Amino acid sequence: MEWANIIIQGVLIGGLYAMFAAGLALIFGVMRLVNIAHGDLIVLAAYVALMTTDTLGLNPLIAIVIVVPIMAAIGYALQRALLNRTLGDDVLPPLLVTFGLSVIIQNALLEAFTADSRRLKAGPIEVQTFEVAGVWIGVLPLLQFVVAIAVIAGLQLLFYRTALGRAFRATSDDQSVAQLMGLDNRHVFALAMALSLAVIAVAGVFLAVRTNFDPAIGPARLIFGFEAVIIGGLGSMWGTLAGGIILGVSQAIGAQINPGWQLLAGHLAFLLILAVRPEGLFPKVQT
Amino acid sequence: MPEPLLEVRALDAFYGDFQALFGVSLRVAAGEVVAVIGANGAGKSTLLKCIAGAIKSRGDAILIDGQPIGNAPAHAVVARGIALVPEGRRLFPSLSVEENLLIGGQLGRPGPWSLKRVYELFPVLAERRQQPSTSLSGGQQQMVAIGRALMSNPRLLLCDEISLGLAPIVVREVYARLPSIVAEGSSLVIVEQDVVQALKAANHVYCLQEGRVALTGAAGTLTREAISAAYFGA
Repeated sequence: MEWANIIIQGVLIGGLYAMFAAGLALIFGVMRLVNIAHGDLIVLAAYVALMTTDTLGLNPLIAIVIVVPIMAAIGYALQRALLNRTLGDDVLPPLLVTFGLSVIIQNALLEAFTADSRRLKAGPIEVQTFEVAGVWIGVLPLLQFVVAIAVIAGLQLLFYRTALGRAFRATSDDQSVAQLMGLDNRHVFALAMALSLAVIAVAGVFLAVRTNFDPAIGPARLIFGFEAVIIGGLGSMWGTLAGGIILGVSQAIGAQINPGWQLLAGHLAFLLILAVRPEGLFPKVQT
Repeated sequence: MPEPLLEVRALDAFYGDFQALFGVSLRVAAGEVVAVIGANGAGKSTLLKCIAGAIKSRGDAILIDGQPIGNAPAHAVVARGIALVPEGRRLFPSLSVEENLLIGGQLGRPGPWSLKRVYELFPVLAERRQQPSTSLSGGQQQMVAIGRALMSNPRLLLCDEISLGLAPIVVREVYARLPSIVAEGSSLVIVEQDVVQALKAANHVYCLQEGRVALTGAAGTLTREAISAAYFGA
């Protein structure tokens, strides 16, 4: 029963990793941009949530409805003002610029909020649990997992059932022809970044409720996101959920064997999948 | 002479330092079919890309209804009613046939063309609407490419080598649909290496040679010798 508990906890934390990964995969899929600042933007979302809850006195889980549009607006502006200028035939400029952005965000947060650890307090829901057949499930982790599934299902629907999703896929396939269809790729990319940061906002709030955060924890979240994307593959948003869950379960098992092995076990699972199935579990179909 | 729908005035085009077009001028009246012929590398596709906005040029080098669009981005040119069927079809591989058509119509320009009308023009596409665009034959893919451009309800449809890589019978089938497109009010510019096909379809012909207009005239008035000289160079 102990192992069942551990695996369930791993699955539930996997939902959070899947949200980290979904935003990353979305941006890479639409514009081949590897966003090194992704983790720091997650932390930025956590601080935006902190400010929102402090000033308005809201429960963080309700503050999500305010943090999401703020982060989406930041994403749109960031893409239009900065990142669109870095995109071209060369993959290096966006890498360098987002790396620089990562440093800037970390230091700006450090200046504004100091290096102190913060946490968002969501109230009694944080410690509520219930038992199902001998397995104890936390209400908050379960909520986080359900939200992750909803986010991923929403993205999947948006990509394959809406005009915006069609525009994302067309632009991803062939930028120059997409423009001949009347799609302004600068706008399409900015919408994709807005969507990515909207997902980040949800992930950032859940992250900040379940653990302490400070301005320096972004890069590690980026790594979790990357690993989940690569495990899952780029063919489907559901792949990122599978990737997140595999990463979460691996970490939970590692931590159970030896508390120091939590991160190591996740990285090993990632390396194993990279070695035996480098295209990921749900690869993009080659056409 | 009435105001032409499209006017190209002394257009120069460059790929970096390489100049592909030298002072090309061309006029297309409403309802007209203009063929641009020439050998490989004569600058035909470049001319269409400039008109469609895929290559930027001098603002007043390209006018639609007398309005300069030479330096407008491609997505703004489509909104003005110019659609390009690109060379090699360039369908979106991860979109189905119908999604390819829908993306062509996503600007919502009013006009005669809709999914229903495109399927009437190319009935075979209606049967394959849910299939991936890459699973179709070359001729059917060309029909999707034409339909996708029509979905933007263009006043001017630019067709780049729509016979390329297709069997002669399929080429005839595709060309047989062009008159119904003109009948709906679109003007056409067709770029072709297949001179016979182009002369049959067009009212007016321009022959490009090494980036310059070597010959122009009404399709019926040009002799084989004159075309041959303009095509290959004297």
